[in-house]
Amino acid sequence: MRLSLLALLAKEPAHGYELKQALEQIFGSAYPPPNIGQIYVTLGRLEKDGLVRAVDVEQSNRPNKKVYYLTAAGREALDVWVDEPTEGPRVRDEFFMKLVLAPMTGIADRMALINRQRRHYLGLMRDLNELADRTDRGDYVALLLIEGAMLHLQADLDWLERCQEDLS
Amino acid sequence: MSLPPVVNTVNLVKIYQNGGVPVPAVRGIDLRVEAGQFVAITGPSGSGKSTLVHMLGGLDARTSGEIWLDGKRADTLSESAWALLRRQKIGFVFQFFNLVANMTVADNVELPALLAGASAREARERREHLLGELGLTDRADASPAQLAGGEQQRVALARALANKPSLLLADEPTGNLDSRNTRDVLRLLGEVHREGQSIILVTHDARVASLADRVVSLLDGEIVDDGVIGTGRRRPRGTAGDVVELRG
Repeated sequence: MRLSLLALLAKEPAHGYELKQALEQIFGSAYPPPNIGQIYVTLGRLEKDGLVRAVDVEQSNRPNKKVYYLTAAGREALDVWVDEPTEGPRVRDEFFMKLVLAPMTGIADRMALINRQRRHYLGLMRDLNELADRTDRGDYVALLLIEGAMLHLQADLDWLERCQEDLS
Repeated sequence: MSLPPVVNTVNLVKIYQNGGVPVPAVRGIDLRVEAGQFVAITGPSGSGKSTLVHMLGGLDARTSGEIWLDGKRADTLSESAWALLRRQKIGFVFQFFNLVANMTVADNVELPALLAGASAREARERREHLLGELGLTDRADASPAQLAGGEQQRVALARALANKPSLLLADEPTGNLDSRNTRDVLRLLGEVHREGQSIILVTHDARVASLADRVVSLLDGEIVDDGVIGTGRRRPRGTAGDVVELRG
């Protein structure tokens, strides 16, 4: 959440609750709604690291509120994050370990492992289909996230097929 | 009394001759599909999937073994008897569409319904419904050559469904579609399935396979797995935010 808060503050200074609302509005159902406590904890850490700073703003009839703004160091951290390539997904490490090590245990044959894994992936795909069906058509952020998950799952299934061809 | 299985094969074998060398494509498949079931067939290329569905539709002759459709022996039928059977109750979606080049999209889709005995009005209404579901209403008067690959593929599906076949056979019906058009096809297949028609389709596309009641996996011409798809979810309902957890 650190970098999404920095990005929002790059646009304009804001207090914690405004940041929470902005995240909800941008991501919709695509990410679980952040709780306000997490946001304040994260802002506190960013402040300690010198990436944001806070000023107290007086309010009539209410306690002062803290408005956060980005520092030059914060701006730089954000730029580095946006500019660098993002790590790609990794192959399902745990399943691959099982597949490679299965013959040594003498308890599982690879074909059975692959078949079970395929059914499991297809079950996940069915869930994603249902999720896509009940997601609002206008919620592009959520739909793109679901589609990304589907494409990864398809790649996992294609790869299982390769394993089955070459290991059987 | 229970219905006979819509498809039942007994030790079905197909061996192609390649320059005098026998190449086994399907090696002894026993497949029983109950009426109303939706079965997806998966497997690497060369595993015999296409050959299997072609034999089930009478489009490729078996080398040995038996094919029973709705409780009646079918592998011994003549070509003309197969043609009649397809007209009455089988819809087939070819991987490479096989649309009639000198007929419009509308006529391509209406023809099977007319051949099966529908009135001109019934055929037209059915065609309008199917093209509408697949987002092709405004392509009705085009000729197949004017269509993109993904459009031709959807027309091929509409044509296969025109005579409300009790059995739909399809070979990679979404192979040329982008994700939005795939969604239209998935919705239509779901509708066909709910109406009680049986579906057997070959697919690489996990979105399609995951809709099926049952997935049959082939490898080297044999069934290596055959079962229902479990549910992957750890909780009953979720939002897109749970995608991250689903994948984790």
